[in-house]
Amino acid sequence: MLGLNRKDAILLLIVAVLALFAPFILNPFPVDSALAQFNAGYPDLMQRFVIFGIFAIGFNILFGLTGYLSFGHAAFLGVGSYSAVWMFKLLSMNVLPALVFSVVIAGLFALVIGYVSLRRSGIYFSILTLAFAQMSFNLAYSVLTPITNGETGLQLALTDPRILDSAQVGGSLPVTSLFGAEMRSAMTLDLAGWSFTFSVGYYLCAIIMLIAFYLSVRLFRSPFGLMLRAIKSNQQRLNYTGLESRPYTLAAFVISGMYAGLAGGLLASMDPLAGADRMQWTASGEVVLMTILGGAGTLIGPVLGAGFIKYFENIFSKINESILHQWFAFLPDGVQDFIVMILYPFIGKGWSLTLGIMFMLVVIFLPGGLVEGGQRIARLFRRTKTTDGDVVSTKTKPAE
Amino acid sequence: MGILEIKNVNKRFGGLQALGNVNLTVMENTVHAIIGPNGAGKSTLLNCLVGKLLPDTGTAMFDGRSVLGKKPHQINQMGISRVFQTPEIFADLSVLENVMIPCFAHRDGSFKINAMSSLMRERDMLDKAEHILEDLNMADKRDMHAGSMSRGDKRRLELAMCLVQEPRLLLLDEPTAGMARADTNNTIDLLKEIKAKRDITMVIIEHDMHVVFSLAERITVMAQGTPLVEDTPDKIKGHPKVKEAYLGEAA
Ligand SMILES: Nc1ncnc2c1ncn2[C@@H]1O[C@H](COP(=O)(O)OP(=O)(O)OP(=O)(O)O)[C@@H](O)[C@H]1O
Ligand SMILES: [Mg+2]
Repeated sequence: MLGLNRKDAILLLIVAVLALFAPFILNPFPVDSALAQFNAGYPDLMQRFVIFGIFAIGFNILFGLTGYLSFGHAAFLGVGSYSAVWMFKLLSMNVLPALVFSVVIAGLFALVIGYVSLRRSGIYFSILTLAFAQMSFNLAYSVLTPITNGETGLQLALTDPRILDSAQVGGSLPVTSLFGAEMRSAMTLDLAGWSFTFSVGYYLCAIIMLIAFYLSVRLFRSPFGLMLRAIKSNQQRLNYTGLESRPYTLAAFVISGMYAGLAGGLLASMDPLAGADRMQWTASGEVVLMTILGGAGTLIGPVLGAGFIKYFENIFSKINESILHQWFAFLPDGVQDFIVMILYPFIGKGWSLTLGIMFMLVVIFLPGGLVEGGQRIARLFRRTKTTDGDVVSTKTKPAE
Repeated sequence: MGILEIKNVNKRFGGLQALGNVNLTVMENTVHAIIGPNGAGKSTLLNCLVGKLLPDTGTAMFDGRSVLGKKPHQINQMGISRVFQTPEIFADLSVLENVMIPCFAHRDGSFKINAMSSLMRERDMLDKAEHILEDLNMADKRDMHAGSMSRGDKRRLELAMCLVQEPRLLLLDEPTAGMARADTNNTIDLLKEIKAKRDITMVIIEHDMHVVFSLAERITVMAQGTPLVEDTPDKIKGHPKVKEAYLGEAA
């Protein structure tokens, strides 16, 4: 199907089903239940899941395949966001030109940064990309204020030209749309105690993520993808085999920069403002975490990692002390206070502590990330099945 | 005129003269062996030919064009492939993928983005890779992780990677070291077969005299960075200087 082998086609299908039914899957708890807390099926968060999924898929093309660890990929995300907002200001509120422009500008930006950074490899490459990203971050705050609007961030204004859109009528800011379908418009389905929201914005992001994922699968399975994996394995041998590694790494760098630009453009399309903090090194580090947590070099890993981290960031961080007390209310007061005291550092603002511990556990015990965890569990099941079979056969033998 | 002309090549590593005034001509479509004790500078000479090292002085011409100062991939694209003394393979990839990489390098040149074509649909590349693996009796290892194979198998894989490019000049640095006797004989037969089938020049460095005398048409004996003598295998066998410098201790 679509030029994929059976296994990859099934994977794509699973991702498609998960993405399209996410509003249901992520909202398993009725609105009034105590666990509604853990529902993640609201448009804002679902959009972030898939957008950061795109970011991580792109990052994985560089890091997972070639092994070049960029610590500055958030710069491309930021550039994508700024480009998109400028398109909304100057051209039209249609997201299509904005997305195209984000991808192109981020690609050009990646070409320049990659060209310089890829002169070195290993830790020096990482440091160079980090330096470039921090430079962009600082410039966005200072010299480039006319373009980035500094600390305030780039926003829409009523006075923006928007040459393709018909003249502004009302007094409120226009909203982003795709040929008339507004990104923020949503439909809510109330079913018994449950409530599911389907937003145009989310479905646009999900479809773009599926396309991005499909392209990355094709790339992984192509001769080009093979060369990138060869670079990670033995760059010397590749050179003596008649291939030049630099153009390959640069191409991978630019492609992953374009993915980041697309993610940035989508962020701005969902909420048309862009700030420099999107480029900060913590944001660059986050995509590294996502990719490693999910499983670098695997197809689905980065998407899982992105979802995982974004879920923690948004859901775990909202649990506060009183909610904990509520949960453990059935316990005697002293015990209850004690348990809450122990758990407290791991929730709310302490979510990053929980995430950090999980990240360490995954890296130490599952170097292949969550994907490896899944594979191990699958293998465990298969093994118990076969041993069952053996038991049966040894039992039947004496009877013969 | 030889296909490979090395003139006055010198290379020093600090105080060590690894290559001292090396002059060597390899004639087209011959198998030329270089023998000599450990540390004679044999591998260093090959390193100068494939762009790994730049000699201090001298020239090295392949088919009338200089190889010195060129990048490794450019030299390979000129038609020179090399098997290294310690196997250089893509340890993280499968055996088949290892062989497909040089196939693509041979067909597409040093860089091509074909991100939307599928590896498994490149029928002719697959056929070519599988064919060479069959020639080397490695067809059953096709999907194996290359890094997990024995040293002898890695060496045969590297040979397959070179042969699949149909090079004009094949440089072999101890291609049978670490191989079982049967595999060594197999490799000898394979190289003979390839030699009979098409135009190819081979430079072979080898300590195993059985391999050398089965294959070589000319032999150069090196010691301490300098070629001592060059002659036909029969003459080399009886050469007093050679016996003294090399064969005496090897026999
Ligand atoms: N990159 C290097 N830096 C410093 N010294 C080197 C380097 N490469 C080789 N040498 C030295 O140059 C000399 C020749 O080494 P070379 O590897 O060419 O010998 P060889 O003839 O291939 O020996 P062997 O049969 O053991 O492979 C040795 O003394 C070696 O230590
Ligand atoms: Mg050597």
